[in-house]
Parts: sequence; structure tokens; C-alpha cells
Amino acid sequence: MSAVPMQAAPQYAPALQPTYLNVQRTIRSWLLTTDHKRIALLYMVSITFFFFVGGVAATLMRLELLTPRAELVTSETYNKLFTIHGVVMLWFFLIPSIPTVLGNFLVPLMIGARDVAFPRLNLASWYLFMVGGAFTLFSIITGGVDTGWTFYTPYSSTYSNGHVVAMAAGIFIAGFGSIATGLNFIVTVHTMRAPGLTWWRLPIFIWSLYTTSIILVLATPVLAITLALMALERIFGVGFFNPAIGGDPLLFQHLFWFYSHPAVYIMILPGMGVVSELIPCFSRRPLFGYKFVAVASVAIGVLGFLVWGHHMFVSSQSIYAGMIFSILSFMVSIPSAIKVFNWTATLYKGSIRFQTPMLYALFFIGLFTIGGLTGLFLACLAIDVHVHDTYFVIAHFHYIMVGGMVMAYLGGIHFWWPKITGRMYPELPAKLAALTVFLGFNLTFFPQFILGYLGMPRRYPVYAPEFQVLNVLSTAGASILAVGYLLPLTYLLWSLRYGRIATPNPWEATGLEWTTHSPPPKDNFETTPLVTAGAYKYDSQAAEAQREVAHV
Amino acid sequence: MSSSPTTPILAHQFEDATQQRDAATIGMWLFIATEILFFGGMFLGYTVYRYTYPQAFAEGSQHTLIWFGGTNAAVLLISSTTMALAVHAASENRRALLVSLLLGTASLGALFLVIKGFEYAHEVKENLLPGSSFHIVAAEPLKAEMFFYIYWLMTGFHALHVAIGVVLILIFAARAFFTNAFVNHDTPVDLLGLYWHFVDIVWVFLFPLLYLVDRHS
Amino acid sequence: MRQLFSFIFPDQASNLAPSVDAIFFALVVLCSVITLLVFVVALFFCVRFRRGSKVDRTPPKGGTLRFEIAWTLIPFFVFCGLFFWAADVYFAMSRPPGGATEIHVVGKQWMWKIQHPDGRREINELHVPVGRPVQLIMTSEDVIHDFFVPAFRAKQDVVPGRYTTEWFTPTKPGRYHLFCSQYCGTNHSTMVGWVYVMEPAEHARWLNQVAVSESLVAEGERHFHSRGCSGCHAPNSQIHAPLLEGIYGKPVPLSDGTIVIADEQYLRDSILLPNKQVAAGYEPIMPTFQGRISEEEVNAIVAYLKHLTDSERSQQ
Repeated sequence: MSAVPMQAAPQYAPALQPTYLNVQRTIRSWLLTTDHKRIALLYMVSITFFFFVGGVAATLMRLELLTPRAELVTSETYNKLFTIHGVVMLWFFLIPSIPTVLGNFLVPLMIGARDVAFPRLNLASWYLFMVGGAFTLFSIITGGVDTGWTFYTPYSSTYSNGHVVAMAAGIFIAGFGSIATGLNFIVTVHTMRAPGLTWWRLPIFIWSLYTTSIILVLATPVLAITLALMALERIFGVGFFNPAIGGDPLLFQHLFWFYSHPAVYIMILPGMGVVSELIPCFSRRPLFGYKFVAVASVAIGVLGFLVWGHHMFVSSQSIYAGMIFSILSFMVSIPSAIKVFNWTATLYKGSIRFQTPMLYALFFIGLFTIGGLTGLFLACLAIDVHVHDTYFVIAHFHYIMVGGMVMAYLGGIHFWWPKITGRMYPELPAKLAALTVFLGFNLTFFPQFILGYLGMPRRYPVYAPEFQVLNVLSTAGASILAVGYLLPLTYLLWSLRYGRIATPNPWEATGLEWTTHSPPPKDNFETTPLVTAGAYKYDSQAAEAQREVAHV
Repeated sequence: MSSSPTTPILAHQFEDATQQRDAATIGMWLFIATEILFFGGMFLGYTVYRYTYPQAFAEGSQHTLIWFGGTNAAVLLISSTTMALAVHAASENRRALLVSLLLGTASLGALFLVIKGFEYAHEVKENLLPGSSFHIVAAEPLKAEMFFYIYWLMTGFHALHVAIGVVLILIFAARAFFTNAFVNHDTPVDLLGLYWHFVDIVWVFLFPLLYLVDRHS
Repeated sequence: MRQLFSFIFPDQASNLAPSVDAIFFALVVLCSVITLLVFVVALFFCVRFRRGSKVDRTPPKGGTLRFEIAWTLIPFFVFCGLFFWAADVYFAMSRPPGGATEIHVVGKQWMWKIQHPDGRREINELHVPVGRPVQLIMTSEDVIHDFFVPAFRAKQDVVPGRYTTEWFTPTKPGRYHLFCSQYCGTNHSTMVGWVYVMEPAEHARWLNQVAVSESLVAEGERHFHSRGCSGCHAPNSQIHAPLLEGIYGKPVPLSDGTIVIADEQYLRDSILLPNKQVAAGYEPIMPTFQGRISEEEVNAIVAYLKHLTDSERSQQ
């Protein structure tokens, strides 16, 4: 909470003062902007585009899987579709989603700064992202890549016929955009906090993004060199992973998962940060066990670097290595469990409202719990041998990534929509959409747990006929899910013009971002805020008392 | 990019010069951390294969030009010294000295690249470039090819970093000569120095790992 | 009921399946309890403490520490228990018992080539008798594949350039899916087949159905001579090369001072990468056979060398 009193906020008449949106209106002023809020919007538009690219690929895959034979598309096309889906959804939607959109918008606002530490680097990161995206789209349009997003050698380096190098180059370039974003956030959080904003007063969203950024900065370069080595091997015909000159294809997997497992936490930690903001606000209670939630974020980040080998239990790595990675994988689930328990406990004695962001947050808790617990099956060595590379794994990580991260992203977008755009979204369609997404999601992915244990391998356009019923259920769910995702796109665009004008703090939330206008002026705050207390100073009794007064 | 000689440029997002300096310094160290991880992937591969094929690495290493590599190590170490002196000159606002030390560092960097270029040319002529024309007289030619693949890969990425460094140093020298950019504002030079020392240190590791395997015998 | 169960749960057809499924069911119960706990508590709070409900909202007294310690330590111990249980089963799954029937498997885009000890070959089919442990010795000619039999709960990547193994004892006669579960290119999803588990008598009949020209060992012996191995690795050879009778399973001192056990991987590497591990006292003069010899020939020669050891042992 800042020294700028909350009640003072409504005095600012939004129309009188230029906001970051209307301070300049040319296209040029958007494309050359160094304002973190505008860059956030550039990212929002870009990743929404990529989300629907990946979504179209997923839709086609689900339609193909209606029948056990490759009837709608050929196997070759199907293989390209799942590669597009994986690459685009991971590197061009999930990894940038919350950090580059909500993170770029909120990190300076939440810590009371005028901008991130390196605004030009921030803009450069968006351009790197777009150039990387262009390379990836190029490789898709000119024929596609059929390696899967994991690019396992020697298939990717020797046998595949697709445009592997162009796609790897796209991910490589976008990776430097990620590094730039992560570096910016770390420096910003370290050096630009408002006076009085100590580490233990930071919102959990900032803690989460800080940890995410450290992972981005330390893991992404390893992905860069791994993909570069794979591409060089493809171009020159000799290389690290080539068994012909004594190379070890497993080394690729080690290097790849050294990045890609921490990348899973890049994708989920920001979602946990968003939920940690939503739950206290809508239950009017301080976050239960604040310090534990904060430390749990960091613990997840650290342990996340030590568990990559659990992707390789059946790869022929040593069984002793398998055991070490297994026990560490169990350990990394403990901080996640701590978070779930703390969020649930925050509801106790609250004064809970169920606006759309809260619905998303509650769905997140439920789906993340299921996703996290099914992770235990995969950490269990003996069970992983059976379910490895089956639909069980697919279901597990979609529960975390879609059930978790996408829910959190949508919840966050709705929560901060008034701050970002100055307009309220329409509540009723939003609640309907949230319910649709939740139902569609479960129908899509729950049957896949059963398919997985039955033994249906992933990446199979042609499958055994006895798996058909469950696949049809899953496809039915996916069509509901698709509607659920199109709804927010529609009504959020509608609200830009017709939505109710937002007050500076429509949710009566704490946090510095709510003490400035909606939308904020270019430099965020009129005076640098002074912070005198920790985050989440909510009071459910006061909220109830206020409500009674309003009703009398 | 010029400013009055007495006040350093303060970007609008910062409150004061100390904050700006801290931010830039942390940023540079983080960048170096990413570079270490980038090279780390290659060092890991080196470690794995040297452990697996010690004999081939020893034989491959005997085919490298130790005098070229050794001279280059000396060249880079001297250039690190001149860079350190340049950073010092910048902190004392001695512009002429700064410019000449930067030019000296850039020349040494360029000298490194020239020597490396001759070395590469020699190796291409000797068929030591991995690929279809690779040929080596060794007990395990295929594994020796792996050694040379790693040699070209790591020295190649390192040379790329040296080349980027030389260009940056030349830009800095020009700015120091023609503008007041670094007067009372030595942070950028300081950070350039960090980068250059990093490039130097990578070579300090690469030289023994690639040129000195089993040379005692 | 039974039908529904088989609709959502795979057959149990190997000795490994019950022990894997036991952990699975334990985890399902545990995770359901935790999930229900979280859901019920969260729903209860959501209803009871909804805005406007008339309940006491006095903030609870006392710190949060005891809760935090409880929900950190309890999962920790539960997870440790789970780990040891699963690791124990995994350890057994990774260690084939002695005396298992050794069957060679070669994966290539997009088929499974299987060869029995008696030399009999199959493609995309594997016939095994019920009740006898089977060990698969697998390698790949091109990319990484994976030999997955869901009903056996057995799965192992098949990697080019090395041998991997997988074992199981079939317990129930029937026909079971064989899948390639490591993505291997265009027709990955048709790199599938069937494993037939047969009663021993029926299996014996199947084996004798088609006359096999020569056993795997005989084939290996033939290659051993035609490839020129016997020219050097013979007692009266002019060239100083180690004798290979009885070498399998024995420790071999290497020229770099270390000692390795001569297992399948060592024999294979010695044929394809002869200078990787040179036996002490010998010059590294053996030519490499990499690229000149097929995976199946290597398998046959390895089987022959192993047979030499067995026959030597039985003579003693």
C-alpha cells in the first residue's frame, strides 16, 4: 500500500490527462515505443495471433483423431501439425504469455517505477520475438517441420526432410527475446523498487516473475546452443550428436531438457503469481503464509533446474541417475503443494465474491491440483516406464499448461483489463466463457489420462480401434473449448468500445498499480509512491461492513 | 548522444545516477551469466567426449598449432591489460589516453583474429575441417574428427565473440574521440571491459583444453 | 462391469504388470483423497464465506507456521515412501533375471525386426511362451525408437549405436499390442505390431512350423569366418590379436589401465569402434566394421561369441 491514499484516486478525471494509450496516436509511435505498457500490448496482440495459429493446428489434430485411421490428413501432415502446435504454443504463446503481457505491463506499475530498467532492450525483445516468429511461420508455410517440438536427434539432424533449420533459427532468435525480457525484469526488480518497497513487501506476482526471469536468463542460452548444435549438424553432416563419429544422441536430450524442464516452470510460475493476486483480492483476506508462498516460488525455480532427467527414464540413461532424478522430482512438487494449500487457506474467513477473475483462479486451483498430482505418477519410476510418451503425459501437462497457465492468463487479463484499457469487460458473457472453458477443458483432457494408461502412444494419427470412444469424447470437449476461447476474444474486443468506463480501482484491490489512473499515464505515477506496508492488506470484516452500509 | 561535460545522461526511468549505474552493471553481469551458460553447453559436450575418447582427443590435440594458439593467448591477455587500463583512464576522464588504449585493445583483438585466420587456413589445407574431406592419420580417425568438430565449434563461437568485441571497442573509441559521451560517465566503458575480459577468460580455458591435451609426452 | 473395466484399464499380461499397477492404484487413491480434500475444503469456504453470508469473520489467531510445517513435512515423507516403493519395482524391471531367453530386436523406420535364438526371424510380430522370462536386446539402424508393450508395462527406448534391454515374463496367453512410442518420423504410428503369448507346447509347435536354415549362433559363426574375424582371432594367427573363446562376461584389462566387463555392449563396440577400448597388451590395429556390417550381422556375431563362452563353461 502506498502513501498515496486510496480514496484520492477517483479525483483523477481520466479524460483530462493523456493516458499511455492516447498520448501519441501514430502507428510509428506504437512500433517505436519504449513504454513498457505499449510493449505489453504489442506482445498481447502478437501472442493472441500465435495462440490461434497453434489452436488451429490443435483443432485439425483433434478432428483427425475422431477416427482411428489417417483419413482427414496424412500421417506426414499430422506430424507437421503437432510440431506446429508444440512449437507455436510453447515458445510463441505460453512462455511469453504472462511475462511479456501482464509482466511487462505490471512489473513497473507494481513496484512503483516509471518503466523497466532498459526500455529500448524491452522493445528489442519484441522485435526479436517477431523475427523469430516470422522464421517459424516461414518454415510452416514453406512446407513445415515434422520433428515434434522436442527435435530429438538423430531424427531432426539427419532424417527429417522438413525446414528444421529455419524453425530452429526462429526459436533461437525468439529465445534471445526471452533472455532480454528476463534480464530486464531482474534488473528492474533489483534496482527500481519504490522507496519503502522491501523484498518482503513485494506482491507474489513480482516474486514469481523474478524467479521466472532467472530461469529465462540461465536456461534459455542452453536451448540456444543446443538448437544451434543440432542445426549445424544438419547443415554440415557432422556433429555432436551423430553416432557415426562417436556422438551420443542422448547428449541432445540432456541439453534439451536442461532447458525445457525449467521452461515448464517458466510457463507455470507466472500463473501462480497471478492467482496469488486474485485469491486475496476476491476473498478480501491477506494471502495465507505470504513468505512461504514467496519462498516456494524461488524453491520451484531452483529445484526445477535439477530434475531434467525425469524426461529420460526410458531413454537408457543409468538407472541410478533415474533414481536421483525421481526423488528430486518428488521434492519439486512440495513447494507447488504448499502453494495450493496456502491459496485454499486464504479463502477461510473471507468475504468471497465470484467475479470472472476469481472463477478463473478457482478453476486454476482445481486443475493445477489434478495436473500436479498426476505429475507424481510420472515421477514414480515404475509407473513412468509405462506411461512415458503416452497420452497420460499429454493430459498431465495440458492440465498444468492449459488448465493452469491459460486459466491464470485469462483470469489475469480480465482482472487487469480495466487497468490496461480503461474499460470494464461485460461480466455475464465472461462468466459463461469461463464455465465453457472449464467444462470443455475437462472433457478434452480427462479421457486422455485413461487413454494413456491404456497405452495409447502420443504422436499417433493412426491408432488402435479400441481407443476411438475416448478420442471422440476428447474431440467433443475440444470443440467446446474452442468456443470457450473465441468468446473472450469477442467480448473483450467489444468492450474496448462499449465497455463501462473503469475507475482507477474497480476491484478495491491493494497494490501500487491500482493507485494510478485507468489507464495509467505514460510515466505511470504522478509522484513516485512511498510504500509503508506489505502486500495484501485486505480485511473481510471491513468489506462486509461496507456492504451493509451500502445496502442500508 | 552527447551531453554537457559535467552531467551524465540520466534516462527518464531512473531516479538518480547511482540507480542507473547499478542497473547497467547488474544487467551486464546477467548477460555474462547467459554467455557462460551458452558456452557451458559446449564445454559439457567437450567433457563428455574427452572422457569417452581420451586417446582420440590427445591425438587430435597434437595436430593443433600450439604456437599459434599460445601466441593468441598472450595477445588476448595483453589486450585485457590494455582494456583494464582503458577503464581506468575513463574513470579519470583522460580522454586521449582512453581513445588510444581502446584502439590498442581493438588492434590486439584484430591481431588475434588474423592469427586465428592463418591457423584456420592451415587446418583447412591439412584437411582438418570436419566433413567429407576430413582426413587425419590417427588410430581413431572418426573420434579425432569429433575432436576437431569441437575445436572448430568452440574456437569459432569464441572468434565470433572477439569480432563483436573488436567492433564494439572501435565504436566506443570513435564515440570517446568525437563526443563527450564518456566524460563523467564511465559505466559503459566499464561494462565493455567486463565483456572483453569475459572473452579473454573463455580463451584461457579453451587454449589448454584444445591445444595442450597430453602434450607432456 | 468387467467390460467397462477393460475399457478403461489395460490387460495385465506380465509379471511386471501387477507390481506396477499396485503403485498406480495406491497413487490413484492417494491423489483422489488429496484432490477431494482440496476441492471439498475450497468449496466449503467458498459457500460459507461468500460475500453477504452471516458468519463470524474474526481473523484466526495464531501464526501460520504450524500449518506450513505440517503441509511441507507430510508430503515430504509420503513422497519419500512412494519413491522407495517405485524405485524398488523399477530396479527389478531394469535387471533381467539369469537364464532369460535372449531375443534380438532391431528397429528401423518403420518396422521391428526380431530374431530368435534359433535363428528364426519375425517382422512386427513376437511370439513368446507363457511363463518364461524373455530378455530383448535391442538396437536401432537409424533414429531412436521405443519398444512398448502396454499389457506388459514394459517400455524402453531403442537407440542407434548402443544396446538397450527390456525384459518381462509373460503370464497370460493372448495377443497384445506392440507400439513404437518414441516419435521416429512419418509412419511412426504404423510402426506397430503384435506380441503373441502362447502356451509352451503351442510355442514349441510354432517354432518347428517353419524349418529354420541355421540358428543365430551358426549364423554368427558363418559371419565370423566370412568377415575375416577368425583370420586374426585364432590361436595360430600371425597377427597378435586376443582369443575370444570364453571372453563374454569376463573382466578385460584395457590399455589405459581400466578394467571392463566384456558384455554385449563391449563386444559390439569392439566390432564397430575397435579403438574405443583397446585390450591391454595389444596394438590398436583392428579395422573398424562400422558402416560395413549390418546390425543383424553384429547381433549374430555377438550371439556366437557368447555361445563360445557358454560351451567353454559347459566343457569345464
